[in-house]
Amino acid sequence: MAILDSKVPKGPIKDKWTTYKDKINLVNPANKRHIDVIVVGTGLAGGSAAATLAELGYNVKAFAYQDSPRRAHSIAAQGGINAAKNYMGDGDSNYRLFYDTVKGGDYRSREANVYRLAEVSANIIDQCVAQGVPFARDYGGLLDNRSFGGVLVSRTFYAKGQTGQQLLLGAYSAMNRQIARGKIDMYNRHEMLDVVKVDGKARGIIARNLVTGEIERHSAHAVVIATGGYGNVYFLSTNAMGSNATAAWKIHKKGAFFANPCFTQIHPTCIPRTGDYQSKLTLMSESLRNDGRIWVPAKLEDAKALQEGRLKPTQIAEEDRDYYLERRYPAFGNLVPRDVASRAAKERCDAGYGVNATGEAVYLDFAAAIERYGKEQAKIHNISNPSKQKIYDLGKAIVEAKYGNLFQMYEKIVDENPYETPMMIYPATHYTMGGVWVDYNLMTTVPGLYCIGEANFSDHGANRLGASALMQGLADGYFVLPYTIGDYLSHEIRTGKIPTDSPEFDEAEKAVKDRIEFFITNKGSHSVDYYHKKLGKIMWEKCGMSRNEKGLKEAIAEIKALREEFWKEVKVPGGSDELNPELEKAGRVADFLELGELFAMDALNRNESCGGHFREESVELDGEQKGEAKRNDAEYAYVAAWEYKGEPSDSVLHKEQLEFKDIELKQRSYK
Amino acid sequence: MNLTLKIWRQKDSKAKGQMVDYKVTDISEHMSFLEMMDVLNEGLVAKGEEPVAFDHDCREGICGMCSLQINGEPHGPDRGITTCQLHMRMFKDGDTIVIEPWRAAAFPVIKDLIVDRTAFERIQQAGGYISVNTSGNTQDANAIPISKEAADKAMDAATCIGCGACVAACKNASAMLFTSAKVSQFALLPQGRVEATDRVMNMVKQMDLEGFGNCTNTGACEVECPKGISLENIARMNREYLAASVAKS
Repeated sequence: MAILDSKVPKGPIKDKWTTYKDKINLVNPANKRHIDVIVVGTGLAGGSAAATLAELGYNVKAFAYQDSPRRAHSIAAQGGINAAKNYMGDGDSNYRLFYDTVKGGDYRSREANVYRLAEVSANIIDQCVAQGVPFARDYGGLLDNRSFGGVLVSRTFYAKGQTGQQLLLGAYSAMNRQIARGKIDMYNRHEMLDVVKVDGKARGIIARNLVTGEIERHSAHAVVIATGGYGNVYFLSTNAMGSNATAAWKIHKKGAFFANPCFTQIHPTCIPRTGDYQSKLTLMSESLRNDGRIWVPAKLEDAKALQEGRLKPTQIAEEDRDYYLERRYPAFGNLVPRDVASRAAKERCDAGYGVNATGEAVYLDFAAAIERYGKEQAKIHNISNPSKQKIYDLGKAIVEAKYGNLFQMYEKIVDENPYETPMMIYPATHYTMGGVWVDYNLMTTVPGLYCIGEANFSDHGANRLGASALMQGLADGYFVLPYTIGDYLSHEIRTGKIPTDSPEFDEAEKAVKDRIEFFITNKGSHSVDYYHKKLGKIMWEKCGMSRNEKGLKEAIAEIKALREEFWKEVKVPGGSDELNPELEKAGRVADFLELGELFAMDALNRNESCGGHFREESVELDGEQKGEAKRNDAEYAYVAAWEYKGEPSDSVLHKEQLEFKDIELKQRSYK
Repeated sequence: MNLTLKIWRQKDSKAKGQMVDYKVTDISEHMSFLEMMDVLNEGLVAKGEEPVAFDHDCREGICGMCSLQINGEPHGPDRGITTCQLHMRMFKDGDTIVIEPWRAAAFPVIKDLIVDRTAFERIQQAGGYISVNTSGNTQDANAIPISKEAADKAMDAATCIGCGACVAACKNASAMLFTSAKVSQFALLPQGRVEATDRVMNMVKQMDLEGFGNCTNTGACEVECPKGISLENIARMNREYLAASVAKS
C-alpha cells in the first residue's frame, strides 16, 4: 500500500544506514539559521534531539509540561542502557544486539530500524562519557557492564540504579548549553494541545501556558513529538502522574497513523498494589533479576498461610519453594524477557500461589546472592572458615553497593527490609511499544511531523528488552533524527518564517479553546480521576496481561459508554486562565478514553499471541512449548497502523507487512 | 487515622496567601503522603472547591518535582527521601500537619504549594555542561580510564535531583549545595576539567545574581537533602572557586 511506505533504503542491512546518510540532502549552515523546529517533550529522545538540532544550527523551540526539562520521566529509568561495545569480550556485536532485539520483540519490529539502532548504540556511550555521564567503572578505571533479560551477553552500561537520570541529565546539560547560546527557546510548564497543519504539512502547535492558562501559537518548519508512551491509560502504571498521550493522540487525529496500540509492556518486577487510594506503581529495576531469584511456595497450603500472615517466607524450606522461572526456562532462568516473566507470575498467582494478602505477589529473593557474594569476598580477603554472619555481612555489602538505592526505595514503600526477607513483586504496566507510526526517517504519515522515542512504535516490536528504551530514545535524538530531518528541511530553505495568523492557526486555536471552555463550564457530578480510575480498571482487567475476544468486545463497549458519560458528567473546578491541574488532567483523560478503545480494537484484531500481547485463543497446545504463547506469522506479521476517521470505532486499519531477510522467523524459545 | 492539615493557600503569585485548616479522615498508614493529599483534593472537588495545587510527577523520588515543607522540614520528617516517598506511617492519629511551599526569595510562589524554581535552570545554563557537540566521532568511551573512586564520587554528586530542599532548609536560602553538586561532578572527571575554571566562576556568579544567600556551614542542607548530597561538594566548589579566581586574576 503506497500510503504506508516505510522508505527503508535498499542494499544489505549492514550498509543501509551508512549509504543512506551519504546520499541524503543536507542544509548548509547559513540556511539552518532560518529554519525553526519545534520539539515537544524533553526526555531522552526530545532532549537529545533538541540539543543536537540546536548544535547543528536550527532554531529550536522545546516544550515540557514540568518546570524543567530535567524532570521528564526518562529520569526514572533505573537499570541501564544497552550498547554493542563488546567490552566484556563475551561475543557481543551489532548483529547480536540487532538479533536479540528483533527476537525479544517477538518478530514484530522493522529489521532495518533495529539494525540501525544497534549500529549507533556504541556511539551513544562514547557521547555520554564525553558529556560527563558518570557510568559505573571497575577498579581498572574502565566501564562496567551487567546483564539484562532476554540476552546472553553483558552489554548494559549503568550508573547505579539511576541510569536514566544520569543520561537525561547529560542531554539536559547539552540542552542548557544551547539555551545559554539562545539556540533553544525553552518553554517549561507548557503543554501542547494540538498540531497545526498548513497545506498538509505540520507547521506548528497550539500550546497552553500551564501557569497563566494562556493559549499560544508556535510555528515551525517541522514538528517533533517526543512525549513518551501511553501507559497511564491503565491509570495505575509506573509512569509519572503527568505522563500522557495527548500530543500523540492529537497528531493521530490530524492524520498520523497510530500503530500497534495493543503492544504494551507489563513489567514483572514492580511493588504490588495495596489499596484503592493507590496513585501509581513503583518499578524495581530489572537489574535485580541478575541476582534475585523469583519464587512462590510449592505447596498451596503454604501460600494460603502466607496470604493470611500466618507464615513468613524465611520459614519455608528450600525444597518447598518453586523457583518457577528456573523450572520452566532453564536456559534463561530468572532473566527471561519481561513479557514471559510477567505471564509466569500471573499464572502462579491465578493458580493460588500468590504470597501477599491480595494473592497478587511473588518473591524476589536475594538470600542466595548474599551468600554467594559473601563466600566470594571471604576468598578474596583470605578469610578462612568465615562464620555465617561474616559471609552474610560481606555479601550484604556487595548487594548494597549494587542495588542499595532500590532496596531503600522498597523499604520506604513497603516497610520491610529486603536484605532480611524477600521482596514482594508483581507485574505492572510500564512501557508501550505501540505508538505513532513512523517510516525509516522517523516521520509520521504527516509530512514534516516526526515522532521519536517511546512515542513512536518503531524498534521494539511486541516486547521491549530491558535497557533498550534508553538506547532507542538517545539513538533517535542524537544520531538518527538530526540526519533524517535535514533531508526534509533541505526543501524548506526558501519557505521563510511560518506566519501564525493564518486560518489554520485560528481554527486549531479555536478548537482548543472550545474544549477548555466546555470543561470549565460543564456542571458535572464526578471528578476526572473518577473516570480515569474506571478506564484503568477496564483496561487492566480486559486488555491487561491476558486478553480474549469476549473481554475485548466488552472493553470496547464499556470504554465507549464511559467516554459518553465523561463528556456529560465530568466536573472540573477552577478557571481556564490560571494554573489548574484538574483542567490539565481532564484533557488528558479525554484522550485516553479514545485511545483505550482503539487499543482494545487493535488487541481484538490481532488474534495471535506475541510479546506483551497474549491472546488466550492462541497458545501452543502440545510439545515442549505447551502453554506458551503462539505467534501467527502467516496472518499477523504486519504492523497494524490505524487511521483516524472520526470515532475510534471508525478507524481504518492499514498494514505494513514486515519482511525478515536477515533473521529467520522462528518461535521464541527461552527454555 | 484522622488528621488536621494546615495548608498554605495562595491564588497566584500576586495574591496574599494564608494558612487554611482541613480535616482528613480514614487515612491508611500505607498511603503515601501525596496520596493523602489526593484524598483531600478528591474531597474538595466533590464539594465544588478548588483543590490544593502542589507539584509532583514521578512519585518515586527521582524527578525532583515534589516540594513540600512539612512540619517545618523540606520533604517531611523522614530522612533520605522526597515528599512523594514519605508514607503516612510516619504520622499518628490526631496529628496536625503543617504544609507549606518552599520559602526562599529566589523561589517565588506560583500558586498554593507550587514555587518557581527557574533560578536553578539559569544556574545550570551558566555552565552546568561540558562543551561537546553530538557526533559519531567522539573518542571511544574507554579511551580515558577514570579511577573507580573518582567515578563513584562524581556519581554521588550527580544524583542531585534539583528539588530545592537544600535552599528551603537553609536559613540563608543558599543554593551552594545544588550548585556545588554540578561543579563537583564535572571537576572530578577528566572530561570536565577542561572548562573547570570558567564553569565554577560562571555558575557561582549566576547563583549570586539569583538572590540565593551564602553558605555559613550549618549543614541543614545535607541533612534534608533527599539524595544525601554531601557538604564535601561545597568545600570542593570553594577550592575550585579559589583556584579559578587566582588563575583568572
